[in-house]
Order: sequence, then C-alpha cells, then structure tokens
Amino acid sequence: MEDTGSIVAFWLLAALTVGAALGVAAVRDLIRAVVLLITSFLGVAGLYITLSADFVAVAQVLIYAGAISVLILFAIMLTPRASRDNAETFLQAPGLLLAGLVAFTIAFVSLEADWSVVEREGFEETASVIGEALLSKYVLPFEMASVLLLVSMLGAIVLVRPEGTPEEEE
Amino acid sequence: MPPLAEWYDLRDLGNAVGAFLDWIRDQGAPDWVPYVVSGVIGILAILVWLLLSQLSFIWIERRVIGRMQSRIGPNRVGPRGLLQPIADTIKLFLKEAITNRHADRPLFWAAPILIFLPALTVFAVIPFGSGMSLADLNVGVLFVIAVSSVNTMAVFVAGWASNNKFALLGAMRTVAMLISYELIQVLALLGIAVFAGSMRIGAIVDWQSHFNTWLLFLQPLALVSFIIASSVEIGRSPMDISEAESEIVAGYHTEYSGIKFGFFYTAEYFAGFAISAITVALYLGGWTAWGLEEWVPGWLLFLAKLYLVFFLFVWTRGTLPRLRIDQLMAFAWKFLLPLALVNVLVTGAEVLIWREGDLSAGLALPIFGIVNAALAVALVIGWATFMGHLRPERRAKRAVLTQELGAIYYRRPAGPLGEA
Repeated sequence: MEDTGSIVAFWLLAALTVGAALGVAAVRDLIRAVVLLITSFLGVAGLYITLSADFVAVAQVLIYAGAISVLILFAIMLTPRASRDNAETFLQAPGLLLAGLVAFTIAFVSLEADWSVVEREGFEETASVIGEALLSKYVLPFEMASVLLLVSMLGAIVLVRPEGTPEEEE
Repeated sequence: MPPLAEWYDLRDLGNAVGAFLDWIRDQGAPDWVPYVVSGVIGILAILVWLLLSQLSFIWIERRVIGRMQSRIGPNRVGPRGLLQPIADTIKLFLKEAITNRHADRPLFWAAPILIFLPALTVFAVIPFGSGMSLADLNVGVLFVIAVSSVNTMAVFVAGWASNNKFALLGAMRTVAMLISYELIQVLALLGIAVFAGSMRIGAIVDWQSHFNTWLLFLQPLALVSFIIASSVEIGRSPMDISEAESEIVAGYHTEYSGIKFGFFYTAEYFAGFAISAITVALYLGGWTAWGLEEWVPGWLLFLAKLYLVFFLFVWTRGTLPRLRIDQLMAFAWKFLLPLALVNVLVTGAEVLIWREGDLSAGLALPIFGIVNAALAVALVIGWATFMGHLRPERRAKRAVLTQELGAIYYRRPAGPLGEA
C-alpha cells in the first residue's frame, strides 16, 4: 500500500463503495437500490484486490454481486407492495439510532485496536492456501457451515412445499 | 528474463509490443508510462479483434444458417453480401434509440453499458498465446465465472427498466436460467482445476502442453455440460428462450432500439467469443497442438480453434429447435447436475490415485481418459434411461389434456423414477 497507484486506487474504491452504500439508503426505488448495492459490493471486491486477496475478491463478486443480489431481486419481485418504493417505514428514528451505534462501534474499535503488522511477504497464490486452511485447521467450522446451509435449504423447501403427493403435482 | 526476439517475430505478438515499450523506456519516460501503454495496447488490440470477428461472423452466421435452412441469406450488399454487416452497423447507428415514456430512464440507459462491461472484461484473462494475455490472474477460471455472473443483473435491469411485461418475463427467465446453469459451469470447471492443480488459465494450458494431452480427453462429460451451460449463458439457440420471439417478442431487449440494441447484440457476440476462447484454453489445449505450435504461431492456432468452437454454436443455432423453459430447468437440475457431481467425484478420486500411487503420467493419463470417456457414455445413457428420456415417443400413445395448462401436449411428462 505504499506506491501511488495503490493509494489512488484505494481512495477511488473507497469513495465508490461508501457513495454507493449511501445511495442504497437514500434512493427510493428498490431496484435502483439493488443496483447501487451491487456497485458497493464491486467496490469492496476492488479493495480486496488492493490487498492482494485475489481469491476473496473474486469470491466477493461471484457470491455477492452474482448470487446474493439475485436473491434480493427475487425477494423484491415476490413482495407485492414493496416492488416500487422503499420510503414507507415507521422505524426511521430507531433505524438511525441503530446505524449510528453500529458506525460508532466500528469506528471506535478500528481506532482503539492495537493493529499488529505482519512483516511477511504476501502469499503467491491465495486460493490454495485458503483451501488447505479450510480443509485442515478449520475443517469443523467449514463442515458445520455446509451442513447448516443444507438444513436451511431443505427447511425452506419443506416450508413452501404445497400439500399433496409429488405425483399429483406433475 | 530471456532476451526479446526481434520485433517482427510474429510467433509472439508480445515481441513487437515489448520492443515498442523498450523504445518508450529509452526515451526517458517515467516507469508508469510503459505500464499504462501496454495496457492500452492490449485493450485496443482485443477490442479491434473482437469487432472484426463479430463483423465477419455476422455474415458467416447468416449465410451458414441460411444454407442450413435452405434459404440464400444476405446476398445483395456487396459481392455475396459481404458488406451486409457494415450496412447493418450503419443502420444501427442511424436508427432512433427510443426510450419509452414509462421506462426507468437511468436504469434503461445503464443496462446496455452494464451488459457490455462483463462481456469485455472476461477477455483480460484469456491467453491468446504463450504469455499473450492482458492479466494472467491466479484465479483466472473463477474470475471468468464471477464476471459473467454480473451479467444476470444487467439483464434483469434491462428487463425491469423497460416497464414492459414481455421484457420482464424474458428477464425473469434469464435470471432463473443463469442461476441454474452457473452451478453446472462451476462444477464442470472444478474438474479442470483439480487436474491442473491451478486456476490460472495460462498454467492450465501449460499443464496440457506438458503432459501432451488436452483436457477434452480427460473431462469429456465436463466439456459437454460446460458447452451446454455456456450456450445457455450466452443466450443462443436452442437455449435462447429468454428472447424467444415466438413467445415473448424479444425478451429483455424488447424495448431497445438503435444503437442500444446494438450494444446487446454486440455483447451477445462478445460473450460467445469469450466462452469459445475459454473452452479452447481449458479443454482444447489453448495455443498448443502437439508440436504444430513450432511451425504455426500459437495465437493463430488459438484463433482457429476459437472460431471452430464458435462455429459449433452457430451450427446448433441453425439446427436445433428451441426448448421450453421448464424442460431447460429440469434438464439442468435433474440431468446435468447429478452427472457433473459424479464427474467431480471421479476426477478427485483419479487425481488422488495418481498422486498417492506415484503413477507415471504416461500410464495414468491414458487410463483415466479411457475410463472417463466410458464413464461419460455410460452415465449419460444410464441416467437418461433411469429418468425415462432415452427413447422419445415417435408417435404419442394418447394426447394428454392438461386442464391446468389449458393446452394439449402429446407426450407424458417423464414420470418419477422408473416409470416412462
């Protein structure tokens, strides 16, 4: 992060990320909010690239910009009244309070924490290192996360499945 | 760093660029100038090549499909209709780009740009020759999938912003299809990464060159599912149901005209070239061809293979009828997905046997190739029989009247397991 290019890239990406995130809250049209949210996700991916975390950056684009956004789109499409306007809410004051608290906590932690700096060179290829860490040291949380996802998927199918046997559904 | 060959050595186009950059350095420019210049040269070269390829393939595609469908095709503008693409382009530029009154104007304008960017960005990681890629990323394969997944959003924005029910229907179809087939693409490419031990596209081509084989022979099942999933992703027939003109006018770009439609059209071609290039690099040995690269420049071999793969897409478009949306979705989830999972499992087991057993590559790879080819055939036939798809009924036994659909169709839907 010393050379000029990285610093310029950092500030551009930071402005993009934060600006798009502000837009998400300010824009009234939900679809535009989703587009801005994706812009923000892409900005975060760019920030990962400036940190030489190429695998994380690409995973960010693939999962957040590619998949999560589509999930949000489907949620919007399937919600009858929310499809065109996100201005109706009675919770503005609590929302502002909560957001302020979260922002304060994050700012406080990041300013007060004693950040240790690693003197080591960056990894040549992050994907294989992450893969080995996930399947050796962190194999239990990894497997638990996959089982959790599977259970939630099955649960969603069971919840929305209409009554009746599959034969009748055909 | 090895000394550069002479700049006129066409076997590696990087030589000319390298000589030019050296010349810039000699003029006493600061360090960042050659860096920026090399990027700009690469981008311009790729863009010019893409546009030229597109112009040629518009003509080739229309003529070839015309021949396949017993028509003549464009033959009026210029000799044999060769100037037709240029006339089309001028027409696209001159026609009015209409924005309908109830459209969401900013998003309506943003959609063509949004769809164009990923289609172009993919080419950054494609190696046209040894070392001839703009940025050979460590995670190249994943990058390709990630960038093309942003396409989904652009298509949806186009469909939504048009404020037209056909556009929205087309967009919803596209989103559903892309989500399903992206999974298959990832699973197909996983086998490649397992074999080559890297996600860097250049390294995968080097692996194929080193072991003197193409991954096509080791991953036949993955190649087939990748090509099918890709033709869904680039929206070409028989998978072009997101813009099926007989059902929903033109899908998500119904409301677009003039040059804005031109953007969608161009992006579709670019995505097609990108997918062909990835297929060539990952499955067909990239710029290598068993020693032929000693005699012919590697990038020419690459382009030749690329056009062959793209011709495959043209061919299927000209010959196969369009599928129905439910058939396509069922095909992804019930047919391709299990096969792709089995393929990943088999590939993993093979690499494990290879590594643990210390087999020599000359012994192991041919065996794996034969096993995988046999397995691919057996799995496709076996699974099709199991699902009851193997023999299509030539004469329907009886018409099935489905009250729910309010339509007649002459083939019983494939029953649950075993019952055909």
